[in-house]
Amino acid sequence: MLPLNAIITQITEETPLVRTFFFDHRFEDMEPGQFVMVWIRGVDEIPMGLSRNNSITVQKVGEATSKLFELKEGDSFGLRGPFGKGFTLPVRGEKVLVIAGGVGAAPLSPYAEAAFAAGAEVHTILGARSAEDLLFEGRFEALGKIYISTDDGSKGVKGFVTDVLKNLDVAAYDRIAVCGPEIMMASVFRLFEELQVLEKAEFSLHRYFKCGIGICGACCIDKSGLRVCKDGPVFSGVQLIGSELGNYSRDASGRRVKI
Amino acid sequence: MYTLTGLELKNPTILAAGVLGTTGASLCRVAREGGAGAVVTKSIGPAPKTGHINPSMVRLDCGFLNAMGLPNPSYPGFLQELEFAKNNSAVPVIASIFGGTPSEFAEVAEGLLPANPDAFELNVSCPHAEGYGAAVGSNPCLVEAVTAAVKDVVNVPVWVKLTPNVADIKSIGTAAESGGADAVVAINTLKGMAIDIESGYPVLGNRSGGLSGKAVKPVAIKCVYDLYTALEIPVIGVGGVSSWEDAAEMLMAGAAAVQIGSAVYDRVDIFSEIGTGIEAFLTRKGYSDIKKIIGLAHEMI
Repeated sequence: MLPLNAIITQITEETPLVRTFFFDHRFEDMEPGQFVMVWIRGVDEIPMGLSRNNSITVQKVGEATSKLFELKEGDSFGLRGPFGKGFTLPVRGEKVLVIAGGVGAAPLSPYAEAAFAAGAEVHTILGARSAEDLLFEGRFEALGKIYISTDDGSKGVKGFVTDVLKNLDVAAYDRIAVCGPEIMMASVFRLFEELQVLEKAEFSLHRYFKCGIGICGACCIDKSGLRVCKDGPVFSGVQLIGSELGNYSRDASGRRVKI
Repeated sequence: MYTLTGLELKNPTILAAGVLGTTGASLCRVAREGGAGAVVTKSIGPAPKTGHINPSMVRLDCGFLNAMGLPNPSYPGFLQELEFAKNNSAVPVIASIFGGTPSEFAEVAEGLLPANPDAFELNVSCPHAEGYGAAVGSNPCLVEAVTAAVKDVVNVPVWVKLTPNVADIKSIGTAAESGGADAVVAINTLKGMAIDIESGYPVLGNRSGGLSGKAVKPVAIKCVYDLYTALEIPVIGVGGVSSWEDAAEMLMAGAAAVQIGSAVYDRVDIFSEIGTGIEAFLTRKGYSDIKKIIGLAHEMI
């Protein structure tokens, strides 16, 4: 498919570094956790998790996102998707733990809402650098219990999401959905490995995408060779046993880069 | 088992270059889960390249348009991937390489030899990398020199992948054969372009690129048909194959084996599906051997 022309209908400042861009198209069939390729014309095209079926929530990190931040309501960008495989939805009565770090809350908030709508009990651990960087706190809070961690201790537990996690009874949850910086996900992964709960956990990975549609292979992970853009970005914990998670990724040329 | 330029393949399907070939693990996956008879790596060159900016690939109604721009970690950076693929896949692993000159091609081939690739495929056909690919492959003298330079430094089969973006592909195929190629591979993508009419921007980051998928199959069939007539060495067919029927057609045009690229979009196990489909077809039609249908269309005049 060629990119559709998405007109920005609203821009919301979420945190000092994060903005939500609402657009005039709804991806009615999206699975929470799926992504879209966002084409900032003349600059680059980058993958972004959908934060609702009509929005992306973006952290300003590089050239493409900086250009995106220059756009105003009424401007447009290209959009292709939704692509990839999202998080597995729970069934009624299940207990779900959502673990979101930083901008990782973006694809997890529609997941938490869909899980809640399906009749699951939803608890969230939301982590960020500081209180002002907490993303979608209100959206998660509206669904059920929320635990907060901040690196600087300005709100909630001082430390990381794992510091909250250590004091929770993980065994009580039927499903666990994780998205955040890779270092955070790797420490959550190691903890789950020790607790032997990897089969009910899912992680959303970030890798450099070129084609974004499962053909080129630039985003394949070791040792499975699974494609993050098509077989993921959401993988079960079991799929990631012995993988490169937390060790290295690959840059645009395919060279390994330490995490 | 099936022999192609001395390599033993369990079926005549091969993963095409540039597809799922950046890492050793993904090559192994295509061999293991996908059922490919052999796999070809991403094209590797003398220095690291990040390739063109995105969008680098889009799906169209009739096929796919891509301009990756030969991203690769360079041959020193790729050695460990090639070694992994060689040590962990039970099928031949062919190293696709590129350079701008005969000596660069030879340098890359020699640099990858420690990982023991089963063959080399020379990319003289990428349509959108300045100074590389088709810039080399549209010049018969250069194709012959590049082929000879690689043949000089390696003791494994050398395949040369040809571009259809030339007036006479037979003359390029002949040049490869004169340079000592063990096989030619036809075709690479056709030059193409798409424009976003809402903004007027060309869709690909590189503005234009190469067309693959269903749309190019008739072009590939014709190129394979012509090369089969002109050359003594085997022709490996590639372009728009996504079913066993497509593969059978390619074989009848004269292909000794078939490479598959874009069709992994639908399913990675397309190789075993096509391999099985061809076997069943041969049995149903009473052909004792796959060789009975290779080039069959040439006899029907």
